[in-house]
Amino acid sequence: MATRLKEVDVVIVGLGWTGGILAKELAEAGLKVVALERGGLRLPQSDFTVPQVRDEIRYVIRHDLMMDTQKDTLTIRNNVSQEALPMRRLGSFLPGDTVGGSGVHWSGHTWRWTDMEFKVRSRYEERYGKKYLPEDMTIQDWGITYDELEPYYEKFERVAAVSGKAGNLRGKIVPGGNPFEAPRANEYPLPPLTPLLAQEMFREAAAANGYHPFPRPSANASRPYTNPDGAKYGACQYCGHCQRFGCEANAKGSALISVIPIAMRNPNFELRTHAWATKVLKDPGAKRVTGVAYTNVLNGDEFEQPASIVLLCAYAINNVHLMLLSGIGEAYDPVTQKGVIGKNYCYQTGASATLFFEGKHFNPFMNAGGSSTTIDDFNANWQFDRSKHGYVGGFIVAGAFNTSLPIGYRPVPAGTPAWGTEWKAATAKWYDTAMQINMSGSVMANRYNYFDLDPTYRNAFGLPLMRMTFDYKPNEHRIGEHAAQVINDLAKSMKPTHLNPAVARTGPWTVVPYQSTHNTGGTIMGTDPRTSAVNKYLQSWDAHNLFVVGANVFPHNSTYNPTGPVGALAYWTADAIKNKYVKNPGLLV
Amino acid sequence: MKEDAFDRRAFLKSAVAGGAAAAAGTLPKSAEAQGTAPTKTPAQESPPPTYSFLNPDEAAFIEALVDHMVPADQYSPKGTDLGLNLYIDRALASGWGKGDRTYMQGPWRPGVPSQGYQLPLTPAALYRSGIAAANAACAKTYGRRFDKLDPAQREEFMQGMRSGKVVFEGGPPSRAFFATVYQNVMEGMFGDPMYGGNRGKAGWKMIGFPGVIAVHYQNVEKFRGKKYSVEPVSISDMS
Repeated sequence: MATRLKEVDVVIVGLGWTGGILAKELAEAGLKVVALERGGLRLPQSDFTVPQVRDEIRYVIRHDLMMDTQKDTLTIRNNVSQEALPMRRLGSFLPGDTVGGSGVHWSGHTWRWTDMEFKVRSRYEERYGKKYLPEDMTIQDWGITYDELEPYYEKFERVAAVSGKAGNLRGKIVPGGNPFEAPRANEYPLPPLTPLLAQEMFREAAAANGYHPFPRPSANASRPYTNPDGAKYGACQYCGHCQRFGCEANAKGSALISVIPIAMRNPNFELRTHAWATKVLKDPGAKRVTGVAYTNVLNGDEFEQPASIVLLCAYAINNVHLMLLSGIGEAYDPVTQKGVIGKNYCYQTGASATLFFEGKHFNPFMNAGGSSTTIDDFNANWQFDRSKHGYVGGFIVAGAFNTSLPIGYRPVPAGTPAWGTEWKAATAKWYDTAMQINMSGSVMANRYNYFDLDPTYRNAFGLPLMRMTFDYKPNEHRIGEHAAQVINDLAKSMKPTHLNPAVARTGPWTVVPYQSTHNTGGTIMGTDPRTSAVNKYLQSWDAHNLFVVGANVFPHNSTYNPTGPVGALAYWTADAIKNKYVKNPGLLV
Repeated sequence: MKEDAFDRRAFLKSAVAGGAAAAAGTLPKSAEAQGTAPTKTPAQESPPPTYSFLNPDEAAFIEALVDHMVPADQYSPKGTDLGLNLYIDRALASGWGKGDRTYMQGPWRPGVPSQGYQLPLTPAALYRSGIAAANAACAKTYGRRFDKLDPAQREEFMQGMRSGKVVFEGGPPSRAFFATVYQNVMEGMFGDPMYGGNRGKAGWKMIGFPGVIAVHYQNVEKFRGKKYSVEPVSISDMS
């Protein structure tokens, strides 16, 4: 029998970036806030110290900071005719565990998504005509605008210590930045990171080919920095252990060293670790929720935490899972296209070429998570005519290094044997003398890419696993083909000794190898309760005191990394709760 | 495009797929020419291996395999001298070998390749059944178990496991077994020596990886485009 606890103002499920931001903001607004975090607490000063933190086997290979698929996982399939089977081990994506969430082990790439995403359907229909969009492409406008979000982007960039170079300041194009970005009110809080040789070579080649290269904005502090809340960042050491690692230098933007410790010093806030939320409790008589049921995973004790406001701030996939487990809102059905919970799951697509340059030294062990020089000519550039290639969306291309450690990164020319002296010779020769050009491509929503509850498999709590049905569609294949061509043309112009060209993906999405932890959708935002799960304030249409915060609200996936809008939307939601909802509880739209 | 069912990262990263053979035959020379420090370890004495998971037959299989995959040459000592056999033994005896972080509930179905690993076997069980099946297949084809094969037969048999051409009767798919072994050999060769492999940091020396000391705030500019040569430092060196 669950123990019923004393009611609080706010209960938060998951304490990563979004939970941390909301915990700090709402506790400071005088609300009593409790956060339930399924993992434990790891502190940089004790858990991310040199030399132990520099361990590729522990952190990269054995996933020390990631979710444990023994306790909970998903089932996966490419289409509705397949039987979904459990993702028995992590592979394609790596959601985090412990306080700080995936924001502990990310690389820090922080973009501003713009009206090109937020008004995606209306913009494409306006420019290319209604018939241009495939019938099963269920993209829709988000119900929010870039102008509304701009101050919140800035707030997040300052909190997270983003290094970068503005390309558009209040409408004026600024040299050195991304000329295709939307207008910014102010510069980045920190100057760009020091570029690597690979970035400089890519920049020269991209410019010579008529593109517009710029340093990718990233939450890796390029110099020591104190953020507006007083949180102190060290300078990035280009240690080469960024993605999948905690940061020993406190240089990577993380809730664990910014908003969370500030919230924890506030007496209005309480953190409960090892607290695994199993259900959001509903008030059967009203359109509201009453709290969260959870289990203490250290001893199995069950609790109910009543609260006036419930915030789901877990990883995007887990927020959707909890909504489905709790029966809030109508589950999406791809056949009838009725229901909204689970709808529009999206992912991203990628490809890369490896360029081998005899005699060059790239020092692949010296880089920041954000060591990337990028072009946005095929994404944010709205002048780029998609109709020539027949797709919706786009891609960014970069010359970059990130966490190129020797178990995972050992480039050799195609055709090299996989073992023996020849393999060793090639591995020794090319480790330091190769670089990559990679791309990240958008994925548009499709009627048949969605989440629901699995009919067969269960997690450690006896609850149904979430089922993911996903595959790339012809739209994504066309993006991949075009991107591979752009990469290979650029690569050839750099005259490498050898080139392993980029190859466009043609087969199905696979659960291995690692691809991207940019899973979006499932409880999407919008203007209409019939086609969206939450409104522009991330407030559930079905329970006005429930807010679902994270990339799960994105109606489709851009080419960019998602954390910029995830952080901005968390601040936006915090303001809506503080300034609007608390004064007059009810639907804000 | 055919998709493997199993963890292909090692294969993908070492780019064994497709394409015309590059000038691989000339590589040793050019590698020396560009100043790769040869890591000759003249008759280095290895401590006698003490196994906690592998039985003697299994150990013989793994020793033969890692020495074939990583022969002694100008780039590094041979696999057993690097401790790759010990790395594998310890990994199999550890939580990872026993299925840590793996969803092990049934029902079990083969699924399609895009659904990844679906065998009802922990890594330790995969090795145990895989080695037994591999030795049985070797006995059937060559009349001897794997560790008694000559180098050409070993090469042929390993290529057969890698492609899945070798059939493990009643055992796990040979390709799944081999993909796991291959990945583990790479982990042992290039992971931190505290796990039992990469003895003398020979894997790191071979490629010029500097190890765990990585304070490059100034180096990133100072060594841009220049060779950065240091004696690699491991976790235990600093502990």
